[in-house]
Amino acid sequence: MSRIYDVAVIGAGVVGMSILRELTRYRLKVCSLEKMEDVAEGASKANSAIVHAGYDPIEGTQKARFNVEGNNIFADICNELDVEYKIIGSLVVAFDDHEINVLEELLQRGKRNGVKGLEIKSQEWVFANEPNLSRNIKAALFAPYSGITNPYKLTVALFENAIQNGADVIFGFEVCKIEKDGDYFVVHSTDSRFIKTRVLINCAGVYADEISKLAGAKLFKIYPRRGQYYILDKPEKMPVTRVIFQVPTEKGKGILVAPTVDGNVLIGPNSEYIDDKDDTATTQKGLDEVFEKARKVLPNLSKRDVITIFSGIRATPDTHDFIIEEDEDVKNFINVAGIESPGLTASLAIGRYIAGLVSRKLNAKKNLNFNPYREDIKRFSKLSNEERERMIKLYPSFGNIVCRCELVSEYEIVEAIKRGARTIDGIKRRTRAGMGRCQGGFCLPRVMDILSRELKIDKTQITKFGKNSYILTEKRWED
Amino acid sequence: MEKYKVVVIGGGPAGLAAALESFKSLDDKKVLIIERDKFLGGILNQCIHPGFGLHYFKEELTGPEYAHRFIEQVIESQIEYLTETHVIDITPEKEIVAVNKKGLKRIKTDAIVFAMGCRERTRGAIMTPGTRPAGIFTAGQAQRFINIEGYRIGKKAVIVGSGDIGLIMARRLTLEGIEVKAVVEIMPYSTGLRRNIVQCLDDFGIPLLLSHKVVKIHGKYRVEGVTIAKVDSQLQEIPSTERFIECDTVLFSVGLIPENELSKKAGVVLDSKTGGPVVDNTFSTSQKGIFACGNVLHVHDLVDNVTKEAQTAGRYAAIYSQYSELFENNIHINIVAKEGIRYVVPQKLNKNFVQPFVLRFRVDNFYKDAVVTISNAGKILIEIKKSILTPGEMEGIEISQKILSQLEFSNDIVVSLQNI
Repeated sequence: MSRIYDVAVIGAGVVGMSILRELTRYRLKVCSLEKMEDVAEGASKANSAIVHAGYDPIEGTQKARFNVEGNNIFADICNELDVEYKIIGSLVVAFDDHEINVLEELLQRGKRNGVKGLEIKSQEWVFANEPNLSRNIKAALFAPYSGITNPYKLTVALFENAIQNGADVIFGFEVCKIEKDGDYFVVHSTDSRFIKTRVLINCAGVYADEISKLAGAKLFKIYPRRGQYYILDKPEKMPVTRVIFQVPTEKGKGILVAPTVDGNVLIGPNSEYIDDKDDTATTQKGLDEVFEKARKVLPNLSKRDVITIFSGIRATPDTHDFIIEEDEDVKNFINVAGIESPGLTASLAIGRYIAGLVSRKLNAKKNLNFNPYREDIKRFSKLSNEERERMIKLYPSFGNIVCRCELVSEYEIVEAIKRGARTIDGIKRRTRAGMGRCQGGFCLPRVMDILSRELKIDKTQITKFGKNSYILTEKRWED
Repeated sequence: MEKYKVVVIGGGPAGLAAALESFKSLDDKKVLIIERDKFLGGILNQCIHPGFGLHYFKEELTGPEYAHRFIEQVIESQIEYLTETHVIDITPEKEIVAVNKKGLKRIKTDAIVFAMGCRERTRGAIMTPGTRPAGIFTAGQAQRFINIEGYRIGKKAVIVGSGDIGLIMARRLTLEGIEVKAVVEIMPYSTGLRRNIVQCLDDFGIPLLLSHKVVKIHGKYRVEGVTIAKVDSQLQEIPSTERFIECDTVLFSVGLIPENELSKKAGVVLDSKTGGPVVDNTFSTSQKGIFACGNVLHVHDLVDNVTKEAQTAGRYAAIYSQYSELFENNIHINIVAKEGIRYVVPQKLNKNFVQPFVLRFRVDNFYKDAVVTISNAGKILIEIKKSILTPGEMEGIEISQKILSQLEFSNDIVVSLQNI
């Protein structure tokens, strides 16, 4: 196999997919290379899902710039892509005078970064607006334009829209060698495939340092930093209506409590440097730390409501800022590395910036056929009964509920497969089948039936998320 | 809109028995069962082991056999049923909205019986740390894959939880050629029946590790093993007792939770102890005309008890649908669980229906040589000596007409436990 591209992006996370989609605004042949079987398999699937206002990063940094720019354009792009985004505001809560001083610093920094609407609110305001918070809170920094979204659905939407506009995404392509052949990079994968490209963009997340090294580009180091989370069952009434942060420390923004766009409660993350870039294990110590700190803010938190735990890994660079630049020595090699928090917020602005940079570099013309709109799968859970009836008339499978916790229909699962889901987790992230309180206890076998039927593969070939993650090991008898 | 006298939600053992009993008691025999799955019978369909029906039929049946006896009667009686149909909404006026491939169905009924069963607790709910690879199942998922679909789910397994389902699956996996390395139980005792410990573990040489828990799951793509550790009396891990067990499969059998999402939508009051609706001795919930039975009400050990309970619920649902005025001025006294008793069902006695009933309850710990007492207005009505009581075994006490006649209705009925 050999394909020739103008631009190739390594890594199909939210940053890589945002760049890919923005590149399709130009008449360029573009692709993304992803070592896993799906998009959003790294940091993009496991983070706090927060669209930050922009008062955290130090002024003048790439983080500050892309955070604020990203926040400004987030609503528009989510609107184009039919992705959930809710501007619910955030509070940084302070427990003592020292912390109130930090709020003041954040407020000033936010103003310098160009964040609108920041205000320090009194204790009374806090309790009147968030009555479940701890009575020990003395004041809070209110950022009205902080938001929540769904990071993996955003990544999927960017992917689908990029494909719609002509991009390629090559899965199972684990980059192991990068060579130069005239004006082209030759990028090889571990399974002996290769592609050629004029511009190569490194969005390899925690592995970005290794990719940069393979390309003979700048040496830097990415330290994996793990954060652990809890997801709570959908409460009848949300315990908090805004994102609640604690005063940040040098380790980051600390434990937050927030509603999710799907109606659950998210708690986390802690922060610990780990050795293994893939070690997404949760630990008792980490989980205990997260819960204890969350309880400081929300004393009534109960473990009875926990439906799952997970961890995500931040790609923390040794440069203390996002690395977003063309390499000084290796022309046409662009690092987009170290995109830790506020990376999700920044991702959409980074996409625009990089696509602009590359299009100028390649003198690319506008793609007049570019369609910025992508429609989400029709969700049974979100429609009125009248709309449901209309859909079932058109598609009877819309009336077959497969995931009962989240009310996901067979139609939605088939649609997710048509749009590229190949694994149980791929379906879960696209449809929420298996994300409810029973965590797939009921629907996993049913989802497998549909995957097997639609992909025409035996159920023993179905994986949770690619490679050796097989669910079943052997067929014992034929029906 | 179609009209029914009684609609039963759920076609498992509770739903089947309730529907049959409603049908018998009704003049206008408009009864409907609504079932989510393709077939009637519920989870019994995947329980192919024997041990069902010893009390009710006085013979030993498998799950599908037990269910089949009721399904046959339902078919013979020509009771209407819908399969692959999902109830999405119930109003307090007892209008039901259900959905299937044909469309949305709106149904009006005089009485409803909730028989939606329960779901399994998961690894996430008990917060077992580690990675999230393939190879982690609930016991029920594994049972379905193995018994109904005919797949092998791994080669070497560790089972978490030693209730009856965990024990039975240990035997089932072994018979399928999957090596069960251990059954890990956090409590110092198994909540499973003695006969299951003998027949499912001892007979196959499977170790039961009491006072142990899985403290970490290992593996990137597929499970590669678990680390287990001993726990102290506070169920906390004892340092330096960790041990690694190599396996590619972990089965969680760590409890069942009544499935009450619909009950919440219908505004039914739930009991925080059982996880199911609060009911009186007619199995009526806090919403008039809505009844509940089976595992949606409280989790049972024996299907035989489910059947009996569901028959009572079905009968009263039929009475309600014909003579709702009998339920107009309900006066209840509370039945209260005190020392040593975790919960009781029913939680109330309806003064309009002072009829003999079985009071079911679970104790909150393991007890030896204790006395269960039922008292009212400071007077002991019943005293029963028990040599062993465990939280895993549901107890039942018959409340006879004679006892009911001694009740003072201004006072609670109190169930409690005393040591001898």
